[in-house]
Amino acid sequence: MLSITNLQAKIGDKQILNGINLEVKPGEVHAIMGPNGSGKSTLASVLAGREEYEITGGEVTYNGKDLLEFSPEDRAREGVFLAFQYPVEIPGVSTINFMKTAVNQIRKYRGQETLDAVSFLGLMKEKMKLVEIDQSLLNRSLNEGFSGGEKKRNEIFQMAMLEPKLSILDETDSGLDIDALKIVSSGVNKLRNSNNATIVVTHYQRLLEYIVPDFVHVLYKGKIVKSGGKELALELEAKGYDWIKDEVAVA
Amino acid sequence: MSTVTTSKSLSEIIGSFSSATFNEALDSRKHAVEILETKGLPAGKNEEYRFTPITRAIENVFTWKTESAPSSITSIDPFLIEGLDANVIVFVNGKYSESLSRIVSPESEVSIKSLREAFNSNIEAVNTNFNTLVNPEADSFAALNTAFWQDGLFVHVPASTRVEKPIVILHLNDAIQHQVIAHTRLLIILETGSKLSVIEKFHTTGEQASLHTFTEEIEVKENAALEYCKVQNDTGKAYQVINTNIRQADSSRVDTFTLTLGGQIIRNNFAITIAGEKCESHFNGLYMLNGNTLADNHTVVDHQKPNSFSNEMYKGVLDGNSKGVFNGKIFVRPQAQKTNAFQSNRNIALSPSSTINTKPQLEIWADDVKCSHGCTIGQLDEEAMFYLQSRGIDKSTAQGMMLYAFTAETLNTISNEVVKEYVDSLISERLHKNF
Amino acid sequence: MSKDNQLLEELTSREYEHGWNVALETDSAPKGLNEDIVRFISERKNEPEWMLEWRLKAFRLWSKMTEPKWPNVTYPAINYQDIIYYSAPKQSAKPKNLEDVDPELIKTFEKLGISLTEQKRLTGVAVDAVIDSVSVATTFKEKLGELGIIFCSFSEAVREHPDLIKKYLGSVVPMSDNYFAALNSAVFSDGSFCYIPKGVRCPMELSTYFRINAANTGQFERTLIVAEEGSYVSYLEGCTAPMRDENQLHAAVVEIYAMKDAHVKYSTVQNWYPGDKEGKGGIYNFVTKRALCAGDNSKVSWTQVETGSAITWKYPSCVLKGDNSSGEFYSVAVTNNLQQADTGTKMIHIGKNTKSRIVSKGISAGRSQNSYRGQVHIMKRAEGSRNFSQCDSLLMGDQCGAHTFPYIDVENSTSKVEHEATTSKIGEDQIFYCQQRGIDEESAVALIVNGYAKEVLNQLPMEFAVEAQKLLALTLEGSVG
Repeated sequence: MLSITNLQAKIGDKQILNGINLEVKPGEVHAIMGPNGSGKSTLASVLAGREEYEITGGEVTYNGKDLLEFSPEDRAREGVFLAFQYPVEIPGVSTINFMKTAVNQIRKYRGQETLDAVSFLGLMKEKMKLVEIDQSLLNRSLNEGFSGGEKKRNEIFQMAMLEPKLSILDETDSGLDIDALKIVSSGVNKLRNSNNATIVVTHYQRLLEYIVPDFVHVLYKGKIVKSGGKELALELEAKGYDWIKDEVAVA
Repeated sequence: MSTVTTSKSLSEIIGSFSSATFNEALDSRKHAVEILETKGLPAGKNEEYRFTPITRAIENVFTWKTESAPSSITSIDPFLIEGLDANVIVFVNGKYSESLSRIVSPESEVSIKSLREAFNSNIEAVNTNFNTLVNPEADSFAALNTAFWQDGLFVHVPASTRVEKPIVILHLNDAIQHQVIAHTRLLIILETGSKLSVIEKFHTTGEQASLHTFTEEIEVKENAALEYCKVQNDTGKAYQVINTNIRQADSSRVDTFTLTLGGQIIRNNFAITIAGEKCESHFNGLYMLNGNTLADNHTVVDHQKPNSFSNEMYKGVLDGNSKGVFNGKIFVRPQAQKTNAFQSNRNIALSPSSTINTKPQLEIWADDVKCSHGCTIGQLDEEAMFYLQSRGIDKSTAQGMMLYAFTAETLNTISNEVVKEYVDSLISERLHKNF
Repeated sequence: MSKDNQLLEELTSREYEHGWNVALETDSAPKGLNEDIVRFISERKNEPEWMLEWRLKAFRLWSKMTEPKWPNVTYPAINYQDIIYYSAPKQSAKPKNLEDVDPELIKTFEKLGISLTEQKRLTGVAVDAVIDSVSVATTFKEKLGELGIIFCSFSEAVREHPDLIKKYLGSVVPMSDNYFAALNSAVFSDGSFCYIPKGVRCPMELSTYFRINAANTGQFERTLIVAEEGSYVSYLEGCTAPMRDENQLHAAVVEIYAMKDAHVKYSTVQNWYPGDKEGKGGIYNFVTKRALCAGDNSKVSWTQVETGSAITWKYPSCVLKGDNSSGEFYSVAVTNNLQQADTGTKMIHIGKNTKSRIVSKGISAGRSQNSYRGQVHIMKRAEGSRNFSQCDSLLMGDQCGAHTFPYIDVENSTSKVEHEATTSKIGEDQIFYCQQRGIDEESAVALIVNGYAKEVLNQLPMEFAVEAQKLLALTLEGSVG
């Protein structure tokens, strides 16, 4: 589904990604871990098409197409979803209105009929249940005045609405207490199936107790320096990142 | 946009020019007279002086003279800041007094000279920098000052030098016996990476009228830092128009504080031009007025280059029949992207006959900016007053405490503890005595 | 929700939508302005002598005045002798009912989306349609008449209700008020008059549509609304003009007189032709709008969505004379390409415990200049008064300008004024977030801008809100990216 080969990117004069290689197949969950500043969020942003980053090398193939050629909105329409680490606030625009615009533009792109108000509301009700979000929250301006947990839950709600093929969760656990973490993870788990894939970007192992990954990759200085199964996350939790840094230094 | 006054007074003023004996900066003086002749002094309809009828006062109150009035001041002790080890420069009725002044910093650290002396010694920096930051076209009082200045001060700080001791400039106007008319200048050049603290104090004594125009130009070069504190504690019939022009180059920093406590009409035209990148400017002001005092602060921050930060905070407390006028302009020029510019003007009206006129303005031509202004006019928070009173504090003490809290924030641009304490004591005194 | 959706779906047209003109036969005055032209206008309108005298007085005043130069706008000098001051669609006789109206005219209004026919009943809006200088049709007159409401063209009011006109004309905006008000007073050709009797709540929205059609023609309409004690009315005003290369002058006057406990809501969606991308053509829009809250507890709200005109000079104001009276001003002003707007409000507090609220949202794009200018004046006897102002500016692109000029004057110590203003760029993060959800950039901008202006748009009646949102999006098309 997603194939990243030797991906390099910089922002301004600062090189951040130094040759990332990653293969993601349908049905898989990949965790990307790493210390602060290792390039985790950059990788997520580059995949979603943030313009501040300049791609300096490498390729990203997504379902046989060159992902980097797409505009951000077309990536979304092709099924790439980024759950933001810091979801932005848009005053005066309700989540409902926002989602309706998004859903219908995506449907148009895919040559589907747009949804009228009634069927849209039906779809929304169904997804709201799935991620346990309250309608009153969705009537409010997008993310404005939301708590950290509410923002993250809203991200997962949007993910449910848009039914992406590839979801990238950028530090979705940051700023969540344990109850919110459980709700958010259970939402993500319900949305998992054999046709879609998930990339979980996180600093801590905590989230991976709830969203169990098939593969764990350690990112350090803009490169994947170690890959393994879910037990690698536990090892990192026990030993910390210094162990990886030392290993890299030796090599 | 001045409206020409064709009054007898202005022709009298201009007429006195030819009979005066000026030796320095003659070209700029003559040019300024031409400006005065065409523009006149600002009349009532002039937008910039809409609330400040200073021209009328000049016409009605003063008899025009170009010589300084005599003075009987022999000691400056009452005007000093206690415990402050500083250079003290004294002007009496517009004349530099060498005998009352004392310069303690070594010449290697800072050069301090009377402006006339600096001109007469043909100092290059004076010839090239004088009258470059002020625009006499923009303000007729700057033109008046440029035409008629009697004396002034020149301060030059060499590159990478920190002037350890501040410079205190005392502007003393002795209006006990005679009316005073004074026009003075200041030129400060802070070379690259230098640092200086200046404290200006204005004192007018006596019951006669005084008119003081003061024009200052301060050039703050790359990485230099200026701290500037102005205390206007005049009494009686003091009329003042001060034009302060500061220009900042790359990575420089300016912190200013202006305190206005008394006088008849006090007008401060305060302009900072941010002509460099990565500059930081904080400028605060406080006016605490009573009686018939009118204090008018016109400020301009002109962002001409990208990536700078400016923050302006002016506060006012008005009692009696006093009037507070604030006009703050922030310009962000097209190339000044990534500018952050903030401004606030907060006022508390204590007396039903006080008046507040405020006009905060933003003029923005660059898009990637964050700019805001806010202003409020109101009273002390009644809830808070009640809270204090319910704890057994009497009303006037409670009011004093609340006003102190309101004003104290403006002192955060003063870093010298002795100066801060002094300003603090002036505020407290005012709060106890009058409010 | 459906409003926004409708907006986005209708985002198909790319040019100024109302830029066609209709081949209507007109009866016009010769170019230029002098006393004879004033007499010509008055005569064409069969006006009584007192009305002519009033006009002539205004003309003489105007002749001695000079055009104001203080607004933050620049334009070439206007040659007032090169304008046609009166142009009326030619009709054999004044139509008695809609069937008699020139079918071309009906078509004109249908193109504008204004139906003058019975189907309008469904939406419950009574319309007075003014084309060039003349009111051509007013709907629902009988129904309103049953309640004692007068809603008719200004010319008709001069003939049918001379006492009311004599009493209130110029009572809020005196002819000497300013240059353009004086000009209007001399040459105004038509407009709407509305009178709501004591205690009557007008059951439907009253609406006037203005359109300039003829070339080289100025439009000078006048609206007068009188709301008697305890009455309520919501009034809508819309305007369009065809695309023309030369500039056209529009100098209107709106006066609102509100008695004790009366409440008037006045909404405008201004969409005069703004000129093309290079700034060629477009309407010069110099308008004086003022409300007098004469009675205690009266209330006037101005809401405006300004998207058109090459030059806008307009400050809908409230004079809060009655105790406890209140004034509101909600504004969205969008400028794009080479448009210039200098708009805002004046809130003059005279009565005790008077309140005012100002919400202004400016949006500048292209090479345009957008200024907010507003005055809050609390007079000495206006004890216990309050004002809150929020003025925000949004910049799109680095060639435009946003300016804020608030004037705040407070003359007592029991009043409170709060003013806040911000200027910022449209959020790149916000646009990216929308894109990540599959929304293209143009729609993202429309969404964000409508959200930004929501507080103002919410003040508009439903029918107008949809039109306003659509206009916002159309005006800003192509301004990002």
